[in-house]
Amino acid sequence: MLLITQTALELGFLYALVAMALFLSYRILDIADLTTDGCFVLGAAVSVTVAAAGHPFLAIPAAMAAGACAGFVTAFLQTRLGVPSILAGIVTNTGLYTVNLMAMGWKSNSSLLGVDTIFTLLRDTGFAGEWHKLVLAAGVTILAGVLLLLFLGTRLGLSIRATGDNRDMVRASSINPTFTITVGLCVANALTALSGAMVGQYQRTVDINSGTGIVVIGLACLIIGETVLGRRTVVKGVIAVMVGSVIYRFIYAIVFYTKVVPVDCLKLLTAVIVALAIAAPTIKKWAAFQKRKLAAGRKGGV
Amino acid sequence: MLDLKHISKTFNPGTVNEKKALVDLSLHLDSGDFVTIVGSNGAGKSTLFNAIAGVFYVDSGSVELAGEDITFKPEYRRSREMGRLFQDPMKGTAPHMTIEENLSLAYLRTAKHQRAFFSRVTRQEREMFRYQLSLLDMGLEDRMKQPVGLLSGGQRQALTLLMATMVPPKLLLLDEHTAALDPATAQKVLSLTREIVAREGITCLMVTHNMHNALSLGNRTLMMAGGKIVLDIAGEEREGLTVEDLLSRFRAGTGRELDNDRILLSE
Repeated sequence: MLLITQTALELGFLYALVAMALFLSYRILDIADLTTDGCFVLGAAVSVTVAAAGHPFLAIPAAMAAGACAGFVTAFLQTRLGVPSILAGIVTNTGLYTVNLMAMGWKSNSSLLGVDTIFTLLRDTGFAGEWHKLVLAAGVTILAGVLLLLFLGTRLGLSIRATGDNRDMVRASSINPTFTITVGLCVANALTALSGAMVGQYQRTVDINSGTGIVVIGLACLIIGETVLGRRTVVKGVIAVMVGSVIYRFIYAIVFYTKVVPVDCLKLLTAVIVALAIAAPTIKKWAAFQKRKLAAGRKGGV
Repeated sequence: MLDLKHISKTFNPGTVNEKKALVDLSLHLDSGDFVTIVGSNGAGKSTLFNAIAGVFYVDSGSVELAGEDITFKPEYRRSREMGRLFQDPMKGTAPHMTIEENLSLAYLRTAKHQRAFFSRVTRQEREMFRYQLSLLDMGLEDRMKQPVGLLSGGQRQALTLLMATMVPPKLLLLDEHTAALDPATAQKVLSLTREIVAREGITCLMVTHNMHNALSLGNRTLMMAGGKIVLDIAGEEREGLTVEDLLSRFRAGTGRELDNDRILLSE
């Protein structure tokens, strides 16, 4: 049981970075960035390959840089070339499949055997004992969250937030939306790749398909977190993605061990939850309207 | 300060929807001028503002601001030196960001900070925001941590005005910025405008459909029709001019009535 809890927490924090990236792209910039799936694998692939070459630390910034590049491509397509934003993400994502294979040496999976990862290096120092993986996962994610919050308070960060909040205002206030969207998507994808990089070294393996559906899972985490904590402020939003991600991993663990539903069904379940959560305001409006119509009908008004 | 030389703009050229919005229009503003603009629907008032602000590039002619040719300068770069307020109070502020964050954004965008992407607002500057907000006399200084979306239209417009003028712009463009507000609030925002523009000596262009305001505010009044300036009065000629005089001058100038369905003749 302790092991399950520990694993759920570890994975929760590691995948929280994806939800954090979506918080930036989807919530703050108001762009559904579908680069996420491929970008996650890209981060994992670069991380595993560089770690296999004996540089587990260098692997992390390298993966983030690769992710930022992917984000730049998506941003370039939509801001400079007029590709609709969702399509831009899909196009980049498709292209990334090949790039990811390339990063793994043209194999569909790659493993880290008998080499150091940032996790084994921390274990070898003896720090935190059994909990070393959790400490590292939580440490990196919280640090990323704090840095993201600090960034969002700067001139550039505020400009990015305004870009997603009121495009009319942005154009009249000397903010170049092309630039802010580009920076925002680069940062978001660097975070996604960071998540991939950490997970890659954590699991000591990467598979070309390991990113499938990550964007929906990330959105689920975001929505779960916001349901629990609310979404009034940016600080709450960043904490919410971590909470949401941990809760999601606990649900996953419970399903995995109790088999209340087959684990294979979890993606469908996640998709349904996300669809319902995003559709909730519309459904509520529709229900209220039907009620209103029904009430009018009863009075004989129609 | 502002020099428009023979600017023209035609929308949808060569189609049935062709619309000559600006026709060979020239205008010179001196530094510190406060100019009001009136005119019929479709006279080109908003198009003129958009041409100055860089929403589109003019088809011909040139735009100069403070001696610099900005004809081909993109909109977001012109905005560094130009403040703009729209009729819709929702357009000028970011609703999910706090009052303080909105002000920070407006303050940090100024020339001094232009290259410093990672600059942040200091405590001292925060105090300055509080002071500036207190001048609006709307109690906003005690609500700095609240999202702007919670404010009323008038409060948002006053905040937008503050954001546009906190660091005095070279030019302030007011496009019927009180038209969507209730009369009392409109009066309040208008007197704030007058106060701030006078205090900072800002060069200002204001579109209004209130004929009384057009004559009582500022030092010069323009009338537009068919993409041209048909009437330009200032100084002594403008003193003592009544709304009726203005209307008859318009008739004399264009040979037709001023037909703006939103025009207000009363105070």
